Amino acid sequence: MSIADTAVPTHRPRWLALDKLGVMIALIAIAGAALPFALFRANRIVPGETRSLLDALPTFQSTLLIIFLLVGFVAALLRVPVRAKLAVGFVVLAALFILVGQSATYLTPPDNTFARVSPGAGFWLLVFAFALLVTDALTRLRFAPLVRIGILIVVAAAFALLLWSGSWNDLSMLKEYATRAPAFWAEARTHLALAFGSVAIAVVIGVPIGVLCYKVRPLRAAVLNTLNIVQTIPSIALFGLLIAPLAWVAANVPGASAIGISGIGAAPALVALFAYSLLPVVSNTVVGLQSVSPAAVDAAKGMGMTGWQRLAGVELPLAFPVILTGIRIVLVQNIGLATIAALIGGGGFGVFVFQGIGQTAMDLVLLGAVPTVALAFAAAVVLDALVEMTSRGGRRV
Amino acid sequence: MKIGNLIRLVIFGLLLVFLIQPELFAGFFGLFTKNNQPAIYNQGSLLDITLNHLGIVAAATLASTIIAVGLAIVVTRPFGAEFLPLSRSLANIGQTFPPVAVLALAVPMLGFGTAPTLVALFLYGLLPIFENTLTGLTNLPPAVTDAAKGVGMSGWQRLIKVELPLALPVILAGVRLSVVISLATATIGSTVAARTLGEVIIAGLLSSNTAFVLQGGLIVGVLAVLIYDALSALERFLMKRTGQLGRA
Repeated sequence: MSIADTAVPTHRPRWLALDKLGVMIALIAIAGAALPFALFRANRIVPGETRSLLDALPTFQSTLLIIFLLVGFVAALLRVPVRAKLAVGFVVLAALFILVGQSATYLTPPDNTFARVSPGAGFWLLVFAFALLVTDALTRLRFAPLVRIGILIVVAAAFALLLWSGSWNDLSMLKEYATRAPAFWAEARTHLALAFGSVAIAVVIGVPIGVLCYKVRPLRAAVLNTLNIVQTIPSIALFGLLIAPLAWVAANVPGASAIGISGIGAAPALVALFAYSLLPVVSNTVVGLQSVSPAAVDAAKGMGMTGWQRLAGVELPLAFPVILTGIRIVLVQNIGLATIAALIGGGGFGVFVFQGIGQTAMDLVLLGAVPTVALAFAAAVVLDALVEMTSRGGRRV
Repeated sequence: MKIGNLIRLVIFGLLLVFLIQPELFAGFFGLFTKNNQPAIYNQGSLLDITLNHLGIVAAATLASTIIAVGLAIVVTRPFGAEFLPLSRSLANIGQTFPPVAVLALAVPMLGFGTAPTLVALFLYGLLPIFENTLTGLTNLPPAVTDAAKGVGMSGWQRLIKVELPLALPVILAGVRLSVVISLATATIGSTVAARTLGEVIIAGLLSSNTAFVLQGGLIVGVLAVLIYDALSALERFLMKRTGQLGRA
């Protein structure tokens, strides 16, 4: 009996076994398939009526989607090769994203410009389930940094194609976009300028401060503690507190208002984001310089390098991956925080989020939130890859 | 150290006096007002708002601590090992979601008020605690875990008596990070009508009354610094007790 028990697994193919994570993904997917796939509203504000997977699409498409989901279900449950799971996960996600657009077209009555169709809870759960499958597969496969950036570019291109082809035009979020396309792109530019501009200034100023703190020990605790306290000030308060001083500067410093400094708007937002970025940049510069091996510094000294040559030629390059990790943290953080700038008239995607909250129009909130999350996610993937590429010898930071 | 504690005590005392008798400070905050604006927030008691703010943060942090530590324990056991790589990636991805977006998207499901704020704070609080618990549980000195196995402890006994106590300071460091982030993020909850100190700040922004913005921001900042320092002290005490001081 015990011999038979132990013998069974060797006869059974390896893939014919349940994957624990797959069971969880399958359960989420079942819940997703049972919940409404789309939400139909007669106009923008009224509560929606739900449409199940079968009602939300023409028979052919809904059958197709169910077949795709079943394949994805099986691929998640069984221990098939990870690459197969990844491929199936991507295919199911693509099917979901293409068909949700078709569902909107199908559900919107012809010539009705008031009706709104948005993805339902079921759609989001299905996306979540298969995104888990893809994330797990990607984590296990440990692709090289350049491959990861490549996958990101392909996914971004696929979404761009979907948007450009117009197949999503009947979705509620895109209808919100259609009525404010110029504003959307203006706010997008502001958002990018705020997030990237503040990080750029923080790097230009923060890295020298970090070097100084590294060289002058007594400064270190004082500077880091001060920056730590800045981090504890809530973002909306810091944005607000900068209004008065900047208004004063604009009024009293000649030329300040000419270059766009004023009490409300983008200037206080930029300064606040910069203030939040300083701590991670400075402290990572200090930590990075501390982690440079003394042997490397000694060798540089032995070669007769001066202090400046050592710093520029040896210490900073060796500390670079750690400094880059600090930049990654602040860039992702500032892309998210820049949404708050809208509260003080600083613009950015937060404008749509707060307008949406005010009008309880969730599609408008999504119009601001989705690009923000996508940007932050893309920035995280790209910078993680860069950090890995710059840390030599596969050292993980 | 002594002087530091004295300064903390004085700041805590000032904060208490300000919360109970804010009018005593009207002269100071009056410096920041224009056109006879009120110097002290006048649409509710600052003490009540502060206690509510702390209550929301405490409830959210307690929930995230229980769930995050539980999850970290599951994924570090042989049973849950399959979930470890995914949970790490998810924690990373979760950090890319801006708090405002999470708050706004929780509103249709939970309505306006405290509930969406609690959910957002809970989700944000999970990440640092989860990461730190993982670090704590996976970086234990092998000699200690081997010794625990050697004396015949079962998996549960090792977890409760050896692994968790040793990882406690690192877990607490995660809780500390999470509390400080939550204290500041809770202010954003006022954009969806949660009763937090953000209410004071937003009232100031709307009426361009710097005094309101300043007092809201100061209370949150002071609370964050005091709680941060108190938890740091607790960590040092625990590390001393488990003989780990200087190891981490």
